[in-house]
Amino acid sequence: MLIRRPADILPSEITPREIYLNRRQWMAGAAGLALAAGLPGVLSAATLNAAKSPFSTDEKKTSLEDVTSYNNYYEFGTAKEDPAAKAKSLKTSPWTVKVDGMVGKPGEFAVEDLIKSSALEERIYRMRCVEGWSMVIPWVGFPLADLVKRVEPLGSAKYVAFETAYRPDEMPGVDSFFPVLEWPYVEGLRLDEAMNPLTILAVGLYGETLPNQNGAPIRLVVPWKYGFKGIKSITRISFVDKQPETSWNKQAANEYGFYANVNPSVDHPRWSQATERRIGEGGLFVKRRPTLMFNGYAEQVASLYTGMDLKKFY
Amino acid sequence: MAGQASVPAAKKGFALPQVPKILVYTVGFIPAVWLFYAGITDQLGADPMRYLEQALGLWALRFLIATLTVTPLRQLFNINLLRYRRALGLLAFYYAILHLTTYLVLDQGLDVAAIVADIVKRPYITIGMATFVILVPLAVTSNNAAIRRMGGQAWAKLHRLVYVAAIGAALHFILVVKSWPPEPLVYAAIVAVLLGYRLVRRTTKRASPRQRPA
Repeated sequence: MLIRRPADILPSEITPREIYLNRRQWMAGAAGLALAAGLPGVLSAATLNAAKSPFSTDEKKTSLEDVTSYNNYYEFGTAKEDPAAKAKSLKTSPWTVKVDGMVGKPGEFAVEDLIKSSALEERIYRMRCVEGWSMVIPWVGFPLADLVKRVEPLGSAKYVAFETAYRPDEMPGVDSFFPVLEWPYVEGLRLDEAMNPLTILAVGLYGETLPNQNGAPIRLVVPWKYGFKGIKSITRISFVDKQPETSWNKQAANEYGFYANVNPSVDHPRWSQATERRIGEGGLFVKRRPTLMFNGYAEQVASLYTGMDLKKFY
Repeated sequence: MAGQASVPAAKKGFALPQVPKILVYTVGFIPAVWLFYAGITDQLGADPMRYLEQALGLWALRFLIATLTVTPLRQLFNINLLRYRRALGLLAFYYAILHLTTYLVLDQGLDVAAIVADIVKRPYITIGMATFVILVPLAVTSNNAAIRRMGGQAWAKLHRLVYVAAIGAALHFILVVKSWPPEPLVYAAIVAVLLGYRLVRRTTKRASPRQRPA
């Protein structure tokens, strides 16, 4: 007697890709409609369509689980697992980003409008944390330069300052007994860094809108800098003429500079930056790998810093 | 009669049911066994090596703190855990060995150059290593033979180094984190209270006879 085993074929392999994708799009649309109708409980991730980018690395991606469960987002606590557990309380819709300062066209931008009006790209970037670990994350976003051009910065604008939402009611970490940082979280870039094609505003990862713990609904990604430069849940972008204050620099100026470029030859005062652990690689027996200058993006960004002493401007 | 009976009871301390010391070791090693099992079966999150390393270090600090609570518990609350103090101290030492081994083997992959550079250049590693070195002679002399050989006074003097080790361990924890998150500060505060208690008791004991009118 012949006993047949079910074939080891996934439904996704049978369904043609277009139909499969269409279905997801339809579901995302339906979720959007439900949102518009004010139905609760449908705030789950929506699919984003994004074009591939030549800036993407082909290195093995860090798993979605690791990317969304091992986060530094101190507004929700200092433990790596805190943001995943506590960031659900952040209301990310509706959300507007205020753009002001030295620009010809200041304004308030709704995140859904930014998503609709931008050509979204998938950018698979290395992410190097100042603590000595790294990931490979498939972001979905658009070049910050696109937004910068839209708002027409004045000639006097030299820097871009960013600000995270400050919502004590939704962020259990900001009014803790031990203030870890001064809130709101602030970051900044030089205008030419902001205009570099690698610099993106991310609105998603792994093809869907950002989970809250990763900085929903919109965050900065600057892949040649340490992760803390990638400010999350942005509410304000200001164009200024002086180097803006940045949160970690205010906390410990000798340890965290304004530039914070990934640099294996400039150590953190308390630990080496020469090597890193790639999350999800080897488990308990993870092997350190050498950290690359500008996190491996020297070709695209080294020219931004010619003539600068990177030991001084760390 | 009742008064007479209570005197020796008070001297003996709070009547806790005595458990075999081996049980203290067995229970004490449960976290280590669980951590290694969870690490090998991939249950320690995204960064299992770092989790294991930090958890083992934290348990070393916890047992060190437990060791330091034995005396105040006896003096203040009449709870006598003296017969378990050696086990607690040795558990602290065993966890320190596991913590150090994890750093040397799993974290640094036995890269001697990187390890030496760390010890020389990174204060938190220097302090951590010094703390471990301090614990070695204490662990080696944590037996009756050593007490007999050294004599009680010299032994007690040597074992006062545990105060230095506790300060070192708390400092090591504070220096490894970014900014000032609560956990290392809480542990440092506990160590400060336990050592501060001894300091206060010592100074008041010395001062009291002199305060008496002649």
